[in-house]
Amino acid sequence: MEEFNLTILFASVIATATPILLATLGETISEKSGIINLSLDGTLLLCAMTGFVISYETNSLILGFAGAAVVGAVISSIVGVFSIYLNQSQVAVGFVLTLMARDLAYFIGNPYSRIQGPQVAHMPIPFLEDIPFLGSVFFNHNFTVYFSMLMIFACWWYIYKTPYGLKLRAVGEHPGAAFSRAINPRKSQMLYVIAGGLIIGIAGATFSLSTKAGWGRPQGAEGTGWIALALVIFGGWNPIKAAVGAYLFAFLQTMGIHFQSWFPSVPAQVFNMAPFPLMIFTLLIINFFQRESIILLAKDKPLLKTILRKLDNTAPTSLGKPYKPDEY
Amino acid sequence: MTIIKEENTTISLLKDISLTALFVFIFTTLIITISGAPPFEAYENIIRGAFGSYSKFGQVIKVWIPLTLCSCGLLYTFKINLWNIGIEGQMIMGAVFGMAAFKYIPGTCPAALTILIAFIAGLTGGAIWALFAGFLKTFGGVNEIFAGLGMNFVAQSIILWLIFGPWKREGIASMSGTEQLSEPLWLSTFTKMRISPTAIVLTVASILITAFILKYTKVGLGLKAIGSNMQSAFMYKLKPTSYMLLAMIFAGGFAGLAGTMQVTGVYHRLIPTISSNYGYLALFVVMLANYNVWAAPLVALFFACLNVGSIQLPMVLQIDSSLSGVIQGALVLATLGVQSFKTMKKKRREYNNSNGRV
Repeated sequence: MEEFNLTILFASVIATATPILLATLGETISEKSGIINLSLDGTLLLCAMTGFVISYETNSLILGFAGAAVVGAVISSIVGVFSIYLNQSQVAVGFVLTLMARDLAYFIGNPYSRIQGPQVAHMPIPFLEDIPFLGSVFFNHNFTVYFSMLMIFACWWYIYKTPYGLKLRAVGEHPGAAFSRAINPRKSQMLYVIAGGLIIGIAGATFSLSTKAGWGRPQGAEGTGWIALALVIFGGWNPIKAAVGAYLFAFLQTMGIHFQSWFPSVPAQVFNMAPFPLMIFTLLIINFFQRESIILLAKDKPLLKTILRKLDNTAPTSLGKPYKPDEY
Repeated sequence: MTIIKEENTTISLLKDISLTALFVFIFTTLIITISGAPPFEAYENIIRGAFGSYSKFGQVIKVWIPLTLCSCGLLYTFKINLWNIGIEGQMIMGAVFGMAAFKYIPGTCPAALTILIAFIAGLTGGAIWALFAGFLKTFGGVNEIFAGLGMNFVAQSIILWLIFGPWKREGIASMSGTEQLSEPLWLSTFTKMRISPTAIVLTVASILITAFILKYTKVGLGLKAIGSNMQSAFMYKLKPTSYMLLAMIFAGGFAGLAGTMQVTGVYHRLIPTISSNYGYLALFVVMLANYNVWAAPLVALFFACLNVGSIQLPMVLQIDSSLSGVIQGALVLATLGVQSFKTMKKKRREYNNSNGRV
């Protein structure tokens, strides 16, 4: 009996983590290239709405996901154009877009509130689902879940193991140096912001077509974008670590029901706030370990050095600072 | 020699504003048409919803007050180039501290004094919360945006915990908030418009104080100097750290004041959505006002009209009231766009001039 419950718990963690995980991966790619896409939270909602409405009207899930991905790409390309080409603050534009996209989603989605719509079908993977425990936890879900799990490794492999990924990291770390190596920083930043937007769009559609099926005000996806933003930092801009963060968060969320019975006076929403103090703490640690005194202290202590290297999650150096070419 | 044609600033400002307005008008009309509602009827409803009666305009003023207070606070932080996104949480903590004062000051204390203490408590609460973010920024090296954002959610969970836990109403804990304050602790209001003269006086005073500090004092100059050029500020022996913390204290203080105002003047209790996103909206206001002290209250008034005017949209036209947010966002975005096109044009002209081309 005990074991059976554990299976359900982990399976539901994997399922609920899916949209957050995808959003985190999308944001990681964009931030790796140096652009903070602060519009994440609103974009997720707008894409959730788009995905639901398109699937409802056309009765095609594929079109729903595609439409949501396009909307995600459009919103992030606005962030990209404003910050890369028009020299505006990324944060300002992203922030305006996050609130605006949310309101736009509520406004346009209003007639589609609280109606039954299409949903992604359950699709266990044959043979693999029969593995005891692991089968039910990992291979007994719908397509979006498998997609998100594949994406973790795809993103990691792309960023760290391919020449394109090397260029992506170069642009995020030192666009000027990348430029002298014949990479166009503006163009590749734009490309990766849009790529991130596509993934974020799919994440949004995953909400309304699978995880929290349907549309309404509130939809239930509110605030997820901010959590994903925190998880990107918590994961040290590394897709795998960020994914671990996303699963941890989903675990907390799933356990929230149990926590509530243990501490009845604490509302469940409070547990959802856990990523934020962790994010601030991670940033503090990052900064702390980059202090010269600490680096000097660890200089001839191999053990300390290894620990530091393990804990060191450096942000892309030019994160948030758009590249300005020297021509006028 | 090349002659650079200087445009008349007033005319060029008017040109920019009308260009922005035109863009936003086309965009919103398109959006409303897509949603299947008649656009002009929607506009008419917003105007009637904001100015239709004394009580409706009173509502507008009620929204204008916290929005303006938060904008005043943000002017300080923007001046020194800090993006104080944590203003939302600072407003929440102001409300919490204000409520704490009302809760724990014995009833024997005269009401006016209690309200005064609550205001001071709220101001302090907001300032402390801002100071946390400020310390994280200056000593911890944590970007103020991420710090502020994180602190917002922490503040939100504190207020939820208080409402459902220690401060819950006798027997029931619900989203409707804590127990109501006793009537003497409410800010007294005009009968017709139901707005409080105290709140208006405080808000106008805040605008004047902010304008004075930013324009005519050493503090204002220091903030501006550091904000525009950190390196040269060092040469003049200005301490960026202390000025940053000071700006955060000002911002948090005004936001905290707004929070307490919501408790004693509007809701008469603590509710989970006490800040109503006014902090975030104030960021829009200040950006749209181009960081100008005198323009900010006007933009805030306009935003308040949009917010209140759109409340009745769902009942009359069956469209969502979030239309106001769409218009506000489009306005800021369009302004940023027009601004950058102008600077780009100017830069290109300068570049051409310096190369002897016209």
